[in-house]
Amino acid sequence: MAERRVLLIGYGNPGRRDDGLGPALAAEMEAQNLPGLDVDSDYQLTVEDSHAVAEHDLVIFADAALEGREPFYFRPLKPRMNGLAGGVSSHGVEAEEVLALAGQLFEARVEAYVLGIRGYEFNRFEEGLSERAHANMLAARDFLVRTIREGNFAAAVTD
Amino acid sequence: MATAKELKRVIIEPVTRVEGHGKVSILLDEKNEVKQARLHIVEFRGFERFVQGRPFWEVPVLVQRLCGICPVSHHLAAAKAMDRIVGVDTISPTAEKIRRLMHYGQTLQSHALHFFHLCSPDLLFGFDADPMIRNVVGVARKHPDLAVQGVMLRKYGQELIRATAGKKIHGTGAIPGGVNKNLSIEERDEFLKDLDQMMEWARGALKIAKDYTVENLETLAPFGSFDSNHLSLIREDGAMDLYHGNLRAIDSEGKKIFDQVDYSNYNDYIVEEVKPWSYMKFPFIKSLGPEEGWYRVGPLARVNTADFIDTPEAEAARKEFAALTDGKPNNISMAYHWARMIELLHSVEKIAALLNDPDLQGEDLVVTGERREEGVGLLEAPRGTLFHHYRVNEDDQVVMANLIVSTTNNNTPMNRAVEKVARDHLSGVEITEGLLNHVEVAIRAYDPCLSCATHALGKMPLVVELRDSRGELIDRKSK
Repeated sequence: MAERRVLLIGYGNPGRRDDGLGPALAAEMEAQNLPGLDVDSDYQLTVEDSHAVAEHDLVIFADAALEGREPFYFRPLKPRMNGLAGGVSSHGVEAEEVLALAGQLFEARVEAYVLGIRGYEFNRFEEGLSERAHANMLAARDFLVRTIREGNFAAAVTD
Repeated sequence: MATAKELKRVIIEPVTRVEGHGKVSILLDEKNEVKQARLHIVEFRGFERFVQGRPFWEVPVLVQRLCGICPVSHHLAAAKAMDRIVGVDTISPTAEKIRRLMHYGQTLQSHALHFFHLCSPDLLFGFDADPMIRNVVGVARKHPDLAVQGVMLRKYGQELIRATAGKKIHGTGAIPGGVNKNLSIEERDEFLKDLDQMMEWARGALKIAKDYTVENLETLAPFGSFDSNHLSLIREDGAMDLYHGNLRAIDSEGKKIFDQVDYSNYNDYIVEEVKPWSYMKFPFIKSLGPEEGWYRVGPLARVNTADFIDTPEAEAARKEFAALTDGKPNNISMAYHWARMIELLHSVEKIAALLNDPDLQGEDLVVTGERREEGVGLLEAPRGTLFHHYRVNEDDQVVMANLIVSTTNNNTPMNRAVEKVARDHLSGVEITEGLLNHVEVAIRAYDPCLSCATHALGKMPLVVELRDSRGELIDRKSK
């Protein structure tokens, strides 16, 4: 069986402290040079990410999490086919909508997960992660490297 | 007269499909008549302090943190200001054309995103349609061809940015005095392959916007509309120029208020007013004062202020647009969409011309000069005129930064639009989600963007609150 093509999208604003967890993880993972892994990062998800997602078999959306499990959670993600309850809230779209668009527009059925890395400081313009968030990001990196090498993503779900 | 007790306040927070934290508050009296309607947007002015003390050459990269949607606009405006700081008034032809290619790529992807995925749900399904389908996924289900075109036009623009600026989140293409790379023949040829398709889709989008506006003119003409001044950069010969030019302001009849003003002197012409109920400032033309001097920026203003557009298909479209109002400025808020698609087509035409220009492969990338203390950089960002102004000390540290972003320039017009729509559509009736969406449709025409908001998982709920005039919560709905 051919190797699965995996896409990691780390998103967030590195100029807002722990909101930069997604891009920081993307940078760490890019440095790993893992075979079969494509890495992208952006400030937020947008509609054209659906095209990149559709070109892969599995996608991981990595973002900062305001609350929830420490140091991170890893959950399966399903497309949201009916739109948000009240429409889209910004120029960006949610990960579930990117999946829905990949299916609707490009007939792609992609296995998807969200990696929510717990952050703590979001409310001021400043580069760099907080110490605790940085530790969480490194834990998420090690987890992701291991999971990609083992290839069993479903078994790695945390909650 | 209603007493304070009898007044009710409806708050839409945050405004859907607007970047950052937006809030509309509508004050109603006991008969549900609109007494006041305002758009409040939280603008994080702290950003200007964030760059203070940083080396000036870092600024074109740092300012991209200001906005996740138009980082390229900030990148280029800051680079233009830093050109002045390093004593350069004219960068090399290769550098200017690479920057222009980046900028037209940015305009293309931004306008495509707005039209196909933010505005089209309102146009295709109606302002009152069920919000469960009136969104981008709804468009994808009902009009997949259009949705694909939007995605691919945006992707094309993003790829142009990637080729000229580098990574999306760490763009470093423009540097003080020039650029750090040219475009290879191989990169150019990749873009040329898809160019005809982009042109065809841009023509199609323009036709949709034009036909929609003309066919619904009776409804759209008064919708959130009002006479206003218009401001933009303009080329020396009067042509539209999204990257560089001088300032021109016209009134609602087309009379010039000022023309061909060197933007380094913007402080002599534009003043920012502070109001206690909003974090965002209210700029106005100094000579006219705050009551008469506010103005619109962005696609509508640019098409109105330009004497002509220097690409043939966009110019033909501009003439059609101008004919609708007998050559006078168009003051219809919903005409922003049509103007935006004229610029979309113009951007593709400009990209085509640039890609076929051998200067893109030139090696003369950076010009140097004698250091200065102060620099101003302006350009026409997708949403309107963007001002960056810096002062730098002898240790190369930024000691002053002032930014007037496009959405700030449109602050008063957006508030006028909100108030007009609220009074016309919400007074004396039971307020439904569809009616509230009318207010958002008027705001979206301006494509405001304040993406300084953190968007980490779990943020950005959409809440409608009904409060009395004392701020007491009467009802709360999550849309």
